[in-house]
Amino acid sequence: MTEPFVSRAFRGRRQTVPTAGRLPPGQYETRDFPVLSAGPTPRTSVAAWDFTVGGPAVPLARWTWDEFQALPHETVTTDIHCVTKWSKLDTVWEGISIDTLLAEAAARGVESAPYVLAVCDGGYTTNLPLADVTRGKAWVAVSYNGAPLAPEHGGPARLLVPHLYFWKSAKWVRQLRLMERDKPGFWESFGYHNYGDPWREQRYSGDP
Amino acid sequence: MNTAPVPASSHAAKIAWRLATVTSIVAETPHVRKLVLDVPGWPGHRPGQHVDVRLTAEDGYQAQRSYSIASASQDRLALTVERLDDGEVSPYLTDVLTVGDRVELRGPIGGYFVWDVAIGGPLFLVAGGSGIVPLMAMLRHRAAALETADVRARHNVPARLLYSSRRWDDVIYRSELARLAQDDETLEIAFTFTRETPEGWTGFQRRIDRMMLAEVAWPPGERPHIFVCGPTPMVEAAATALVELQHDPALVKTERFGPTGGSA
Repeated sequence: MTEPFVSRAFRGRRQTVPTAGRLPPGQYETRDFPVLSAGPTPRTSVAAWDFTVGGPAVPLARWTWDEFQALPHETVTTDIHCVTKWSKLDTVWEGISIDTLLAEAAARGVESAPYVLAVCDGGYTTNLPLADVTRGKAWVAVSYNGAPLAPEHGGPARLLVPHLYFWKSAKWVRQLRLMERDKPGFWESFGYHNYGDPWREQRYSGDP
Repeated sequence: MNTAPVPASSHAAKIAWRLATVTSIVAETPHVRKLVLDVPGWPGHRPGQHVDVRLTAEDGYQAQRSYSIASASQDRLALTVERLDDGEVSPYLTDVLTVGDRVELRGPIGGYFVWDVAIGGPLFLVAGGSGIVPLMAMLRHRAAALETADVRARHNVPARLLYSSRRWDDVIYRSELARLAQDDETLEIAFTFTRETPEGWTGFQRRIDRMMLAEVAWPPGERPHIFVCGPTPMVEAAATALVELQHDPALVKTERFGPTGGSA
């Protein structure tokens, strides 16, 4: 568009002082916690649940629910940004750092690789560069606001990668697959951006 | 989710913002307006897709929201917008915008919650409130695509809609739905009302539940393509019940909106 378009008689709601600078372009703050999923909510009991980290070749590192819960947990307070335009500020999560999982996996012989595919119950997948889930940037969250994560929000466990749009924080995650080459996940194959940085407004493929 | 996705291209064209002009506005219910838009260069859409609408104030402040496309892929782009009293964008679209005004949008967006006749049937649609909108795009597309088809072609893609509303006055597209069903023996529509029923109503009068879905849906063995759209608690309940009824989760596609009703 050559000159900026102005919507006739639109004023809108300005950000309040506490949220100024914390909302990426095109986002609005919600106090609620919307649910967005492409299909039915999978319900996996913790007795049947396991978590695996696999390299390009075998072996896999595997944890049962109890083993997973015995790993060191971290509390994370962070803002989250959904591609559907809502952002939620100061959300509080508890989970296991991906750094912890990868260190354990490496100790068990799993080779590292530059990309990760998160694989979930229900068939959902999402892809991430390894650099975006390491050095304290990502977790497998098992609780929200001090309570076990509800199934519709991804319980028993979901990925938490708060610096990217929230579809990258895959619900019902069961496996991290380390890969030599990047491979688009579910929404990334349906027209959503491959990387998804909210501050650069990378919503859809073709966005800068 | 066993649909084979189209491989993403890192060189995909940007989904550009376009300036649309409002060509007509129709009141569908007291809270719902249909906006018909002329969008130069619109590339077309598939039923179930949505657009992003962007409003810009004098000082450059912007707000964006997503709206499902209501029109058939064969028709001019139409959005159906429900006015949310505490909304930032929807009251502008329903109360301020008039014919001839312009609005920025981009799309179409979304490639999973889509259906067209090429995908085939049976088609089972479950709507709660304004969740009818993307499903109506599917029904309008289906009607247009089958308009000249023979009876056998219609029977290859039979459709059923289960539509939950608070009350009769809140039913969006009610005359058009009645007309579609009247003209087409392969389209069946069931309403349920959760607050008030019309006088003399003998149909469902409760929230969508497993028993209702068992009664209205095709048996799982017929592998219907199922699309569920509505407020989060309704979609959660319906999708869970459909899976309990042994429908293949990969055939149950959902779109949810609004608050969760829970704390997390």
